[in-house]
Formats: sequence, C-alpha cells, structure tokens
Amino acid sequence: MAFFVNTRKKISRFLKAFFRKRTSRIGIYGPPNAGKTTLANRIVRDWVGDAVGPVSEIPHETRRVRRKENITITGQNGSSITFDIVDTPGVTTKIDYNEFMEYGLEKEEAIKRAREATEGVAEAMHWLREDIDGVIYVLDATQDPFQQVNIMLVGIIESRNLPVLIVANKTDLPDASPARIKSAFPQHPVVPISSLEGTNMEELYEKMTEYFG
Amino acid sequence: MEMIQGVQIDLISAERLDKLTVMEKIHLILDEVMEGNIVVLEKGLAPEEQSKLIEVTMREISPDGFAGIEMETYPVKETSGGFLGKLFGGRRPEARLTVIGPANQLKTLRKDKDLISAWVSSSR
Repeated sequence: MAFFVNTRKKISRFLKAFFRKRTSRIGIYGPPNAGKTTLANRIVRDWVGDAVGPVSEIPHETRRVRRKENITITGQNGSSITFDIVDTPGVTTKIDYNEFMEYGLEKEEAIKRAREATEGVAEAMHWLREDIDGVIYVLDATQDPFQQVNIMLVGIIESRNLPVLIVANKTDLPDASPARIKSAFPQHPVVPISSLEGTNMEELYEKMTEYFG
Repeated sequence: MEMIQGVQIDLISAERLDKLTVMEKIHLILDEVMEGNIVVLEKGLAPEEQSKLIEVTMREISPDGFAGIEMETYPVKETSGGFLGKLFGGRRPEARLTVIGPANQLKTLRKDKDLISAWVSSSR
C-alpha cells in the first residue's frame, strides 16, 4: 500500500513540475553605458524596494549577468505580470583596456576590467540564446541608434521571435532624441524615459504588462 | 626588396560561405581579421551566426593584442521565400553585404541605408 502511495506522490510531483510554467525572464539588453543597470535598479526599487547592482560612468561596470526574481508590476489598466529581471553587461564587438585608462584606472585594473567585460558580453549573448523570454532594449537617446551593434542585436532578438520593447533612455539630457530611435526601429514600440529621474516610467510599466504579459 | 605596406582585403563569395558550417564561417572570418586583414562577405551572417561571432570574438580578445572587430552591414531584408513562403506566410530574413575588420584598423566613417563608407589603417 505504501508503495502505491509513494508512487502516486512521485507521479503527482513529476506532473506538477512538468506543467508548472516558470516565471518569465525579461532581459535588459543594449550597448555599454546606455543606462541598463540604472533602469533595472529603478524597476526593482519601484516594485520591490531593492537594487540590482552598482552604476558607473566608466563603461562595462556590469560584467556579470544579474537576476532579480519575482517582480510583480501592475499597469494603469490594472493588469499585472510577474517576471525575473535580468540585467546584462553592455554588448559590443570590441573591448580595449586603454579606454578604461582614459577614465583614470591603473593599467592592471583596466586589463582586469577588460577581461571581465569580454566574459560578461559572451555570457549576455549566451543568456539571450538560452534563457530570455522578452527583451527591454535600452538605448542612450543622445547617441546614434544606427550603430552596428544595435542593428545586430535587434536582428538577433527578432530572429528568436522574442517580444521587445525599446527604451529611449536619458531623456533628461538636452541632446536626447527619442524620435531618432523611433525612426531607426519603426517595427517596435519605443518608450522615452529617464531612468535616472524616473520620468515616464508609468508608460513603460503599461507597455511591459501589454507586451510581456 | 622593400616590403610594400598595405592591407589585405578578402572578398568571400556567397557560394563559398554557403558551403561552410557556422563555426567554420566564424573561424574563417576571425583568423583573417586577427591577421590584420579586412573581410568582405558577399552575403552576410544570419542573426544566430552574428551572435556566435560576438561570443567567439570576446574569447579571442587579449591585452595589447586583438581588441575585437568592427563590423558593418545593412539591416536584413525580409524576403517572402517564394510560392511556399507566400502560402505559409513565412518570411526569411536575407543577410547582406558585410565588411569585418580589426577594431583598431577599421573605422566606419558614414553609414546610410544604401551606403557604408569605411576607413582602413595599415598600422595596428
């Protein structure tokens, strides 16, 4: 009798594990210094009251993928979604440690940062291929959105049929041009925000519940 | 004889690329670029191949050595994929002309939707 009870429990556990849908993982992607971690921190602070990681003006401050689990956000329309936020290192095709020395880092520290950054980029690409269900693509609205890395990454995201929201970040800066980003990626929704000042986050949350729900 | 300073440019045909696997293509490109050569692909890389290229490039970067790649291409064009494509609504993206070179030698000067203007330095 005990055998049948144990077997039934085992089967029940197996079926639960099989049919349980895991929480969606929303990846924050974009080139270095676009404000990905500032945005991740803003989202997590707004809804959980915590932070994801430190930010810096020196590129490649985030050199490991960081995940914050079970964040529930509610849009103004009342619908909610629960997801894990995945903050990723800025993606690029080149890393030269000399660039970090221009920010005042010592050679040894700059070389270490460059090595960790290369590992971080490779890790971010791996996550995109294997573990991400939706993407917030963050762009610095003061920069040229037509840079090759953006065209490539958005193409990669599209080829995986992942839902993508494009964020035109840093609208607090005078040179910001969300319109230029909209013209570069007309096929995707573009939300202008300042994650530093928390401007227009309501629209982003609304769109997130709509696109990732 | 005095060695002439210059940069080697390899133009790789679509036929040649079609015969190669993903990793063969990536190594063909990176081996050339790490030698200081410029590679022009008649037909560029698929998104999945670009993703792998970024990953493998990152592994090859070393201090005072290889600093990565500069790459320029046009955004993919959607093609309907012929009669069957139309029937099933399938659209396949078409990779396009692509130039790849060492990041410290190849610089993009201007990029429009129908023109890429690049500058190549012979000194590393």
